[in-house]
Amino acid sequence: MNFFNDNPAIKFQLSHPLMPKIVALKERNYADKDKFDYAARDFEDAIDSYEKVLEIIGGICSDIIAPNAESVDHDGPQVENSRVIYARGTQENHDALTQAGVYGITLPRQYGGLNFPMVAYVMSGEMVSRADAGFANIWGLQDCAETISEFASDEIKAEFLPRVCEGATCSMDLTEPDAGSDLQAVQLKATFNEADGMWYLNGVKRFITNGDAQIKLVLARSEDGTTDGRGLSYFVADNKHDHTVLVRRIENKLGIKGSPTCELVFNNTPAQLVGTRRMGLIKYVMSLMNGARLGIGAQSTGLSAAAYTEALNYARERRQFGKAIIEFPAVYEMLSIIKAKLDASRALLYETTRFVDVYKAYEGIESERKLTPEEKAEFKEYLKLADALTPMLKMFSSEYANQNAYDSIQVHGGSGFMKDYACERHFRDARIMTIYEGTSQLQVVAAIRHVTTGNYLKMIRDYDNQYIKPEFTSFRKRLQIMTNLFANAVARVNEVKNQEYLDFQSRRLVEMGGHIIMSYLLLIDASRDTEDQFRKSAEVYLNFAEVEVRRHAAFIKTFEVDNVDVYKVQ
Amino acid sequence: MSFKIVVLAKQVPDTRNVGKDAMKADGTVNRAALPAIYNPEDLNALEQALRLKSQVAGATVHVLTMGPARAAEIIRESMYRGADGGYLLSGREFAGSDTLATSYALACAIRKMGKVDVIVCGRQAIDGDTAQVGPQVAEKLGMPQITYAEEILDCTASKITVKRRLERGVEVVSGPIPMVVTVNSSAPECRPRHAKLTLKYKRAATLTEKQDAGADYTDLYTVHPYLTITEWGINDIEHDIKWLGLTGSPTKVKQIENVVFTAKESKRLTANDEEIEDLMKELIANHTIG
Repeated sequence: MNFFNDNPAIKFQLSHPLMPKIVALKERNYADKDKFDYAARDFEDAIDSYEKVLEIIGGICSDIIAPNAESVDHDGPQVENSRVIYARGTQENHDALTQAGVYGITLPRQYGGLNFPMVAYVMSGEMVSRADAGFANIWGLQDCAETISEFASDEIKAEFLPRVCEGATCSMDLTEPDAGSDLQAVQLKATFNEADGMWYLNGVKRFITNGDAQIKLVLARSEDGTTDGRGLSYFVADNKHDHTVLVRRIENKLGIKGSPTCELVFNNTPAQLVGTRRMGLIKYVMSLMNGARLGIGAQSTGLSAAAYTEALNYARERRQFGKAIIEFPAVYEMLSIIKAKLDASRALLYETTRFVDVYKAYEGIESERKLTPEEKAEFKEYLKLADALTPMLKMFSSEYANQNAYDSIQVHGGSGFMKDYACERHFRDARIMTIYEGTSQLQVVAAIRHVTTGNYLKMIRDYDNQYIKPEFTSFRKRLQIMTNLFANAVARVNEVKNQEYLDFQSRRLVEMGGHIIMSYLLLIDASRDTEDQFRKSAEVYLNFAEVEVRRHAAFIKTFEVDNVDVYKVQ
Repeated sequence: MSFKIVVLAKQVPDTRNVGKDAMKADGTVNRAALPAIYNPEDLNALEQALRLKSQVAGATVHVLTMGPARAAEIIRESMYRGADGGYLLSGREFAGSDTLATSYALACAIRKMGKVDVIVCGRQAIDGDTAQVGPQVAEKLGMPQITYAEEILDCTASKITVKRRLERGVEVVSGPIPMVVTVNSSAPECRPRHAKLTLKYKRAATLTEKQDAGADYTDLYTVHPYLTITEWGINDIEHDIKWLGLTGSPTKVKQIENVVFTAKESKRLTANDEEIEDLMKELIANHTIG
């Protein structure tokens, strides 16, 4: 078995019409081909290379990471002498990926990376999460290197990036006891020492995933006397300086137990500034968080894939009343809905990732030369699309991962409640996904302006103009009606001109937009696919989405500003 | 200083996943129904060779395989994991070889390579299970051999030290270079493919494969000679034809029987401790377990 080869729905995304543009931009028109013996020579060669490397990762996922998942969940990491010792399986997973030379998958070749686009990286994240959602965090924290690559000086890049490619682990140290969702309240202190030109960090961080990593990106207060986000800067610290970052404890969690969540004490830890002072939260952490949210999209989609596979296999094997339970409508309906939510999450995941790829490539080119006005316009356009879809993806995929894990246990019946089956682990692992890297509620806050400004509506109209097979005309008509319901609901909420009313309705509005966008994406995929993989999910998802959109539309239509009061709790 | 390590590897039908089509009516293996894989113990051997390469300055690892054109896959697979290159020994004259003819052909090919320091191979292949080819190659080359290796512990220009896994324990032995080492499945598993090596070598091909594939990327083979996998036929090695292929193979299959376990051979036990203990004793006595 191989988690890449056994899943043609992932490979399908590599054939998307935007891929040639993404690859050409990322490869700067294949400029590396004579400099590196492993660089791509043209588009076909690049896609072939992505597939070959994803096959390596897919094999490690199926042969090593997935079989280790149960014992990693059971054993968990330990703290010894203020350092983290991974569970045996976690270390084995990490060593295998390091040996395979796949860390640093998106980093430039000059630093030892593979220079693959985010699409390929996100695919790897999805597969790793399907194997073990907890380990997906350790794999996914190479995002930190992406931020170093984008914003740090050449010296810092040369110092840290090659180490990431050689398997040095990373962490992003943002939250503190009194700074969770509200990162402006971060207090960890950074002090500049004129004598050696280094910064020194002192304070406490809490809930830090993979907190004892070798390379740490730290948000700290560099400006004495400030209290808001503008006093924060961004630092990279090398955790090889023993006894300056102490692990006080590892949290005992509901799920993703293999991923060590640490409380850290910084004790005069030497660090280097990344980018410009005071831009820590406003610019770099925002960029880091957007990447991390994409990562949670991949993690959630991978978890949904695992939940679906387990439920499907069980339903085929388990016999009751003289037949396999998959033959009962109550069971097969659950399975189709899990599958539809999985396929919808995946469609949104790669659509978002493609937009991220285009804007990131332009961002990279901009650091090498001035962009032409056309390029600049395109850069902004894709940045806006990525901004609009990232919170939507994070919210929907993580909510669906939870719903799917819940339903997967339901398909298993009483057995699913026992520790004997993986579905109970999936259920526990999924729970954090709607919470970390910004709760679903905060994703709505990020997404709502794309509702009120009409960005989503514009995107939906563009999707409606893409090629949709004539046989799906009736689906498309239903989507057009749903779009009108959405537009009316948005207009109504906008007319009220009351911030609290808008806040109250915003989740419903974002969900309406999301349902319509995912329905279109599945329909467009089903129209493009020659293997007929998405037709069923497109229809099942549309049926589901249509009811959801109508439900929200009805609620908003008759709901007045005064009605909000009844929900207020003292 | 150069130090040449040669891995003997074989492409085999995957007999671990046998289905009902695995054998043909005439009792021979139905190779078309079974996927061709890298013989598992040869992968253990490759891992030992690659570790040895990282310990000995200037060492190289090359893979030698005898088989049809598609066996070049084995060499590519080895290069993806860290081997420097390989040799495919191919031709219809080699067809039908038993272990004696195979080891003769391999020995002739190795002689052509010049100075070879260590030859590593799996203990046995899963299609034949003879464990003869490694030792026979050593014999024909007049080299000493260490069999059942689990780990190469140390190696210098003149001496190699190996841990052997035996039935009732382990043994550490040393011997002179050159040496043939056959490796057990209890040795560490082979490392995964390395991403950059896989991309670097993904177009590595024999001349035959290149001719079949057409004209794509032909310039690459001129720029990167490492992309051409050496392919030797019968005329490339010094040999005596009578020791090769079918004529060189004294082993003859007399008869093959299908062994089908039927329900008659089953035994019903009640779940009491005494009967279970009797069954354990019986199974241990007839070596089914233990």
